[in-house]
Amino acid sequence: MREHTSMLERVGADVVAVRSVEQLDDLDGLVMPGGESTTIAYLLTTSDIRPTLEKKIEDGLSVLGTCAGLILLAHEILDGRSDQWSFDVLPLAVRRNGYGRQISSFETLVNVKGVGEVPGVFIRAPKIETWSEDLEVLAFHDHGDGEHPVLVRRERIWGCSFHPELTNDERIHRLFVDAL
Amino acid sequence: MSSSHDSSTIGSALVKRGLADMLRGGVIMDVVNPEQAKIAEDSGAVAVMALERVPSDIRRDGGVARMSDPEMIQGIQAAVTIPVMAKARIGHFAEAQILEALDVDYVDESEVLTPADEENHIDKWAFTVPFVCGATNLGEALRRIGEGACLIRSKGEAGTGNVVEAVRHLRTINAQLRRLQSADANELFALAKDLQAPLPLIQEVSLTGKLPVPLFCAGGISTPADAALVLQLGAEAIFVGSGIFKSDDPERMAKAIVEATTHFRDAHVVAKVSTGLGAAMKGIETASLEQRLAERGW
Repeated sequence: MREHTSMLERVGADVVAVRSVEQLDDLDGLVMPGGESTTIAYLLTTSDIRPTLEKKIEDGLSVLGTCAGLILLAHEILDGRSDQWSFDVLPLAVRRNGYGRQISSFETLVNVKGVGEVPGVFIRAPKIETWSEDLEVLAFHDHGDGEHPVLVRRERIWGCSFHPELTNDERIHRLFVDAL
Repeated sequence: MSSSHDSSTIGSALVKRGLADMLRGGVIMDVVNPEQAKIAEDSGAVAVMALERVPSDIRRDGGVARMSDPEMIQGIQAAVTIPVMAKARIGHFAEAQILEALDVDYVDESEVLTPADEENHIDKWAFTVPFVCGATNLGEALRRIGEGACLIRSKGEAGTGNVVEAVRHLRTINAQLRRLQSADANELFALAKDLQAPLPLIQEVSLTGKLPVPLFCAGGISTPADAALVLQLGAEAIFVGSGIFKSDDPERMAKAIVEATTHFRDAHVVAKVSTGLGAAMKGIETASLEQRLAERGW
């Protein structure tokens, strides 16, 4: 959250760290950060943020989900908990820890359409396994098993398998903020 | 269409510290079996620490405490989707190698287990798996970071249910960080000597005012109020050992501590989750201890 905040400030956004439902008012865009999707889902429920956020997304709030945030936006979660829910706004199926556990976590360069090569840090990262044709794929990565999307967008909803906030390169955040 | 091909790097400092960054703001819970691991995950834990006995039982039973049986660790890995950590003895790099081979997500080189080497900690740079280590002061924290630790936690006094030592360690580390920040460049050499820490790290910390890796708190946290206390003192996440599964109602205690950790500055939330929780673990006054675990490691 701290890294996302400093990245967003660098690209000129005013940033609020959302912990309660009232803080959702007056947002132009929302970043759902990494972490554990089970934990974030649990806290979204106990803090009553979930129903209001569902409505805001339906009404056109822009959202960038990174890592766990991507899982929370996905249509289908593979290898998740049986009771795991998501906002179901990106037409794709994502596998939790699809790139392996921590020992397999990696960094690499990711070639983003219209941007160029950006550093991608993949931490126990989710892998997009299948995706719909109406999804715009901004970057693929081939981890030895064919090309999988790692940065995607459908209208106002963006998903990213890696952690653009963990490097010094703010171009992904700029892309998201410029599109608001 | 643009694409990147596989020229990726594993085990870099960024990748190893990255997982610790993702755990910030969360609760890591000690669990001894898959059932407890499930309860921890259901209650919003960001990770679990798999071990055979929680610290209060290790303290009660005595004897040599070692790395857990791989079967137990694998059972827990199979039961949950969140990261699984496990403990190796201080200096026991062969135990750490086994834990890496088991694909655990983090190794805790821990004073809760009986040390295997009274001189040397593990060379953690030699591993792909990241390590967390305990520290009672800034010098100790920087020595561990110099050896390759990617995450530092206060030691506290594990298994006591008494947060006093964790508070002492956090306050000491923070006071020493402030001292370094206000020192001029000439003073850093003597401070490196006093703190017995590597000079380049002392110089880095003097500029940034913070540790180069996240600082979590462990040792004696047993209530939502304890969680709120140590987070306000600057801990970025917490480890809870005996505090959850030695309480009257572990599931409720686990959820309450998770919510208090998320909303640690909102006393109304902490009050709400603290209400009618049942008994926390009984606890031990640390002055009466025969064995102080925090004194293990150096």
